[in-house]
Amino acid sequence: MAEIIAWVTSPEFIVYASIVGVVFGGLQISAAVMVYAERKVAAFMQQRLGPMRVGPYGLLQPVADILKLFFKEELRPKAADAFLFTLAPIISVATAYVAFAPVPFGAPTTLFGLLDEPMALQVSDVNVAVLVIFAVASMGVYGIVLAGWASNSKYSLLGGLRSSAQMISYELAYGMSLATVVMFSGSMSLREIVDLQQGYWFGVIPKWYIFIQPIAFFVFACAGIAETNRAPFDFPEAEQELVAGYHTEYSSMRFAMFFMAEYINMVTVSAVAVNLFLGGWHGPFIPPEYGWLWFLIKLAFLLFCYLWLRWTLPRFRYDQLMSFGWKVLLPVATVNLLLTAAGVLYFGL
Amino acid sequence: MSIGHYLVLSGVLFSIGAAGVFLRKNLITLLLSVEIMLNAVNLAFVAFGRQFGTVDGQIITFFVMTVAAAEAAVGLALVIGLFRHRESLNPEAFTSLKW
Amino acid sequence: MGSDALLFYIFAGAAVLGALLVVTQKNPVYSVLALIASFFGLSGLYVLLEAPFVAVVQIIIYAGAIMVLFLFTVMLLNVPREDAAEWDRAHPLYRPMAVRIGGALAILLALELGWALSRTAGLGGGVADEHPAVSSVAELGRVLFTDYMFAFEVTSILIIVAMVGAVVLAKKREE
Repeated sequence: MAEIIAWVTSPEFIVYASIVGVVFGGLQISAAVMVYAERKVAAFMQQRLGPMRVGPYGLLQPVADILKLFFKEELRPKAADAFLFTLAPIISVATAYVAFAPVPFGAPTTLFGLLDEPMALQVSDVNVAVLVIFAVASMGVYGIVLAGWASNSKYSLLGGLRSSAQMISYELAYGMSLATVVMFSGSMSLREIVDLQQGYWFGVIPKWYIFIQPIAFFVFACAGIAETNRAPFDFPEAEQELVAGYHTEYSSMRFAMFFMAEYINMVTVSAVAVNLFLGGWHGPFIPPEYGWLWFLIKLAFLLFCYLWLRWTLPRFRYDQLMSFGWKVLLPVATVNLLLTAAGVLYFGL
Repeated sequence: MSIGHYLVLSGVLFSIGAAGVFLRKNLITLLLSVEIMLNAVNLAFVAFGRQFGTVDGQIITFFVMTVAAAEAAVGLALVIGLFRHRESLNPEAFTSLKW
Repeated sequence: MGSDALLFYIFAGAAVLGALLVVTQKNPVYSVLALIASFFGLSGLYVLLEAPFVAVVQIIIYAGAIMVLFLFTVMLLNVPREDAAEWDRAHPLYRPMAVRIGGALAILLALELGWALSRTAGLGGGVADEHPAVSSVAELGRVLFTDYMFAFEVTSILIIVAMVGAVVLAKKREE
């Protein structure tokens, strides 16, 4: 007992627990912030004001949304499969949270000298982090597919079917672009990949992988958007065709969990993109100790791009989505992978 | 844990898979049972590889996984084709030589 | 009991329980889910065997791709729950002779495996006692692309054949 207390009160444990808490809380808050940002960005792009009533500039709108979702009635169709209907949103949100665990978001820091040894800003440093994220993200599809099946409604089922086909198709290109970066950097640890992107060419251009591997970044971005089911690839929930797709029958907190999972997945994909292609927490002007500021800035920019794309591009047609995934994205990613392999082999890049 | 523990577990899983193939009359469950058997073999391979300190056990696992993926793709395509003909997944429904 | 042994029994229990559920569930969707749970148990065992790459690949390929394919097919066919024949829902003892013989064979197989194991020497001792683990991905890749080059190439042909076969099989006949 005494050992446990000593372990729990050791500074390492407290810092570690608080990092876990910060990541958990941060992801939760980011979902709320994203809901607000989504509405505001959409409104500005359509020359509207967006939410203005709740709080100054509608800033309290997310709080109101959450309260509304809390107090709504939990509905479940009579013919739904009770167990899977409850399990599906839990799978969705759990995988969304877990996927962020191996993502580093800042250089090791002593927290302004509070600690003796620098602490890595990361929940867990896995040496196959890239693959772990890939694996956990590929689990997220089960939440959507099961929700579609368990609801026992044709719109939900169609949404679930589309989602599974889409995920399988785009996962290949996603994996290929990850493999390109792994091959180029020679490491599967996100922290090492980020640290390899330190420094500048000619003193101006930062050594980010986006400048060496623009094709891989493009493939990653397309596949990432498809994996998170966002416009222009938001087929599982295409509202004009499928009502609301896989979450048609969901309400209240169960619906909120799907909603949260979607936004957290966006944050995770963006964070991985920042780490793999945009140099993570490295950047000019800000001292390395505060690198997480750079990380947040880049993350915010990528998330804005998500919203930007959603409110600018029309949705693809379903057959276009499939042919784009199989006939454009996958060949491009494969050729890029082969070229990178040849480059690494012959020029030792 | 000794290699024996892993081999016993592998044997148990393999037997469960075999029982599934023998007892169930649903094509999808049959394929799933075959996957269980393949995985039981994988576990034995990895355990042996660990015991003898070589990578060969892990590499054979990859080949088994590829074969499993190919088997699942062809098997499920067959299931879909059969279901179109008979509206059933019971293997007993496919006893005629020509339809 | 050490923490390793405890983890072994937890993961092994998950794998066996999942496999049992696969075989006993009537609803194919539940079977698929149980198999995924079983795969997670196996993946944990691979981590215990110091093969993290296999563990992750197990999740990505098996749970993330193959099982999605199964689930997709089950949902696409929308297999009715009562699809199983009348006798399949009956008590196992009342099933036809062939099925009972099959069950007996499965039990026999388990007994034989147990018998063979009980007569094999050198199964005691820790699995990690004698040799250091080889878990680096680089080493895996080197051996895969040198010693197992031929098998690797043959596998790629197998995949192409399977791919073409699946497309041809699932394609609707043109009337």
